[in-house]
Amino acid sequence: MALLEIRNLHVNVEDKPILKGLNLTIDRGEVHAIMGPNGAGKSTLSYVIAGRSGYDVTDGQVLFNGKDILEMEVDERACAGLFLAFQYPVEIPGVTNTTFLKTALNSVRRARGESALDAMQFLKYVREKAKPLGIGDDMLKRAVNVGFSGGEKKRNEVLQMAVLEPVMAVLDETDSGLDIDALKIVAEGVNALRGPEKSTLIITHYQRLLDYIVPDHVHVLADGRIVKSGGKELALELEANGYAEFTGAAAA
Amino acid sequence: MDFSLAGPFDEAAPRLPGADLAWLDALRSQGIEAFRANGLPNRKVEAWRYTSVSALEKQSFAPLAEPVPLDALPEGAALAIDGARRIVFVNGRLRADLSDLGDLPEGVEASSLAEALGGKDGDLEELIAPASKERDGALAALNDAFMEDGLVLRIAAGASVDAPIHLISVGMPVEGQAVAFHPRNLVVAAKGSRATLIESHIGVGEGSYFSNSVTDIRVEKGATLTHAKLQDEGPKAFHVALGRVRIGDEAVYDNFVLHRGAELARNEVHARIDGTGAECRLNGAYLGANRQHIDNTTVIEHKAPGSRSSEVFKGALDGRARGVFQGRIVVHRDAQQTDGHQLNKTLLLDRNAEMDAKPELVIYADDVKCSHGATIGELDETALFYLRTRGIDEAAARDILVSAFLNEAVEELRDPALADAFRARIEGWVDARHKSEGERAG
Ligand SMILES: Nc1ncnc2c1ncn2[C@@H]1O[C@H](COP(=O)(O)OP(=O)(O)OP(=O)(O)O)[C@@H](O)[C@H]1O
Ligand SMILES: [Mg+2]
Repeated sequence: MALLEIRNLHVNVEDKPILKGLNLTIDRGEVHAIMGPNGAGKSTLSYVIAGRSGYDVTDGQVLFNGKDILEMEVDERACAGLFLAFQYPVEIPGVTNTTFLKTALNSVRRARGESALDAMQFLKYVREKAKPLGIGDDMLKRAVNVGFSGGEKKRNEVLQMAVLEPVMAVLDETDSGLDIDALKIVAEGVNALRGPEKSTLIITHYQRLLDYIVPDHVHVLADGRIVKSGGKELALELEANGYAEFTGAAAA
Repeated sequence: MDFSLAGPFDEAAPRLPGADLAWLDALRSQGIEAFRANGLPNRKVEAWRYTSVSALEKQSFAPLAEPVPLDALPEGAALAIDGARRIVFVNGRLRADLSDLGDLPEGVEASSLAEALGGKDGDLEELIAPASKERDGALAALNDAFMEDGLVLRIAAGASVDAPIHLISVGMPVEGQAVAFHPRNLVVAAKGSRATLIESHIGVGEGSYFSNSVTDIRVEKGATLTHAKLQDEGPKAFHVALGRVRIGDEAVYDNFVLHRGAELARNEVHARIDGTGAECRLNGAYLGANRQHIDNTTVIEHKAPGSRSSEVFKGALDGRARGVFQGRIVVHRDAQQTDGHQLNKTLLLDRNAEMDAKPELVIYADDVKCSHGATIGELDETALFYLRTRGIDEAAARDILVSAFLNEAVEELRDPALADAFRARIEGWVDARHKSEGERAG
C-alpha cells in the first residue's frame, strides 16, 4: 500500500476550481518533488493535505496509510504523522518557540501512546534537534516566528519537523529565501529524517535543492493537475526550458 | 429599615469614625447631599455612557456591616507574592488579626483610616479634603459620605522598599444580606522612595455585595510606586474603584489591574502628571464570561512638560460578557514634549460578547507625540490552523492563543514575580473556561 495516495482530487477555493483531477502516489521511503508555475495549485495541494478550512474538495480522495484523511481533523492528521512545512510560516506573538514545540511534541507523543516529556527531558531533546540546524537557545526563547528573518523561519519549520518526526512530510518551498549555507543545513535536516518507512514531498521552484535532497520522482503541477512525471533529470529539463510547454497546453 | 444606598446615612453618620472632625463632617454632608440630589450615575452622563449601575438600585444593602465571622482568608484566592506584607480588610474593615501590621518593612507606615481619624493624624485633612473637591461623580460622593475605613500607607522619603505591601479586601454578605462598603485608601510615596502596593479583591461565597472604594495616591518627586491589583470579587459582587493619582517631578507611577471576578466591575483611574519628566503607566487585562460587565476607565492629564504616559489594556470576553474601555489623554498647553501612547485590544470569544472602546486624545500643546489604537477581533484562524498542524487540538490551540494575547498586557509588569502571579491567574481562567466548554459540549 502506498503511504500517500491522491486520487482524482478536485478542489475549489471560493467556488473557483484550483485542483482539477490531481493524481499522485507516494510510496514508503520515497522522496517526490513537485515543481510548477506560480498559481498552479501547489500550496493549495499542501493545505488540502493538512486540512485547512476554506478548501472545498468537490471530488476525489486523499488516502494516508490507506485511510481517507479528508474526514480527519487537522490535529488528528498531524498526530497520525503528517507534517506540512509552510511556504509562509505563521507568526504567533506571545507564545515562545519552546512552549509551542513542547505542547506540539507532547500532543503527538500522547497520540502515539508515548509518555509526555517533562521540561528537562524536552529541553535536552529539542537542543539536540536544534543544534545541527544552527538554532540556539535565544531563538527557542523567542515568540514563534516573530521577527525571524525569512531564512530563520524556514529553519524553524525544519526544526518543528525534526522534533515531531513525521512519517510523511510536505515541504512547501522550504528552500525559498535560504542562503547557500542554510540550504545545505536544511537539506541535511530533511535527509536526516529519511528512512525506509518515511516519505517526503518537496514543493520547490529550484533544481538546486534537489542536488542535496535527491528525489526519486519529479512531477510538474500545472493548472491543477500533474501534467508530467519523471526522474530527477526532469528537474534539470525544467530549469533549462521553463514551463511554457505546460502552460501553453493549459491555455489551449 | 431603609436598605437603599443612601438611606442609612442620618442614622449612621454620628457613629462613623471622625464624627467630631468638622472638616470631615462637612465633607460627608456635601457627599450625601450630592448623592441624594443626583442619584446613581446614569448613562446620560458621558463617563458612564457604557456602564449601567441601575442594578444597584434593585438591590438592598445592609448598612454598616456587623463584624464578619471570618476566621481565615479563603485559600489561594489572593495573589501569592513572596515576602509581601498583608493588610486585610473584610467588608471594608481592617482585620488586624489577619494582617502583618506588626512586621512592616523599614520606611513603611501603615494604619487603618478608622484609627487614624480617631487619633491625632494631622495631615489627613490635607490628604482627603482637596482630592475630594474634584467632581468625580455620584459614587465618589457616596464614598465621601460613608468612608469608614481603609488603608493609610506612607512610604518614607528616600526609602527603598523591596517587600510589597499587599492590601487584601474580602467581601461577603452577612447572614445572607448583601452589604455595601466604601473604603477610602490614602497612599503617599514620599520624595525619592520606591515601593510596591498590590491589591487583591476577593469574595467569600456566591452572594452579593458592593465595594465602592476611592484611593488617593501621591507619588512625590523622584519616587516610584508600583501598584498592581487583582479584581477577583465574588460572582454576584459589584466592584467600583476610583483611583486619583498625583505624580510629581521625575516620579513614576506604574499601575496594573487584572479583572477576573464580579458581576459588574469598574476600575477608574484619574492620573494627573504635575511634574516634569514623570512617567505614568496604566496597564491592564480583563477576562469576562457569562454576563459579566467590566469597565476600565482612565484619564491621564499631562500638566507639565516632558512626561511620558503609556497604556496597554487587553481583554478576552466570552459568553455574553461586556467590556468597556474609556481612555482619555489630556495634554495641557504647558505640557510640551509629552509622550503619550495608548493601546486597547479585545478578543471576542463568543459572538454574544460585546466591547465598547472609546479612546480619546485631547491635545492643547503643539509639540507632543501621542497615539492611540483600539482593536476588537476574534482569534486568528491562520494561527489556530498553524498550531493544529503541529498536533495541538483545537481547544488547546485556542487556549494557547488566548493566553498569549493577554500575556502581552502582563508583560508590561516590570517585576517578574508580579508578572508570574498575574499570568497564573490568567491561565487559571483560561483552563476553567476550557473545562466549562467541555462540560457544555459533553
Ligand atoms: N483564499 C483564496 N482566495 C482566492 N483565490 C485563492 C485563494 N487561495 C489560493 N487562491 C488561488 O489559487 C491558485 C493557486 O494558488 P497556490 O497558492 O496553490 O499556488 P502555488 O502553486 O502554490 O503558487 P506559488 O508557486 O506562487 O506558491 C492561485 O490562482 C491563487 O490566487
Ligand atoms: Mg505556493
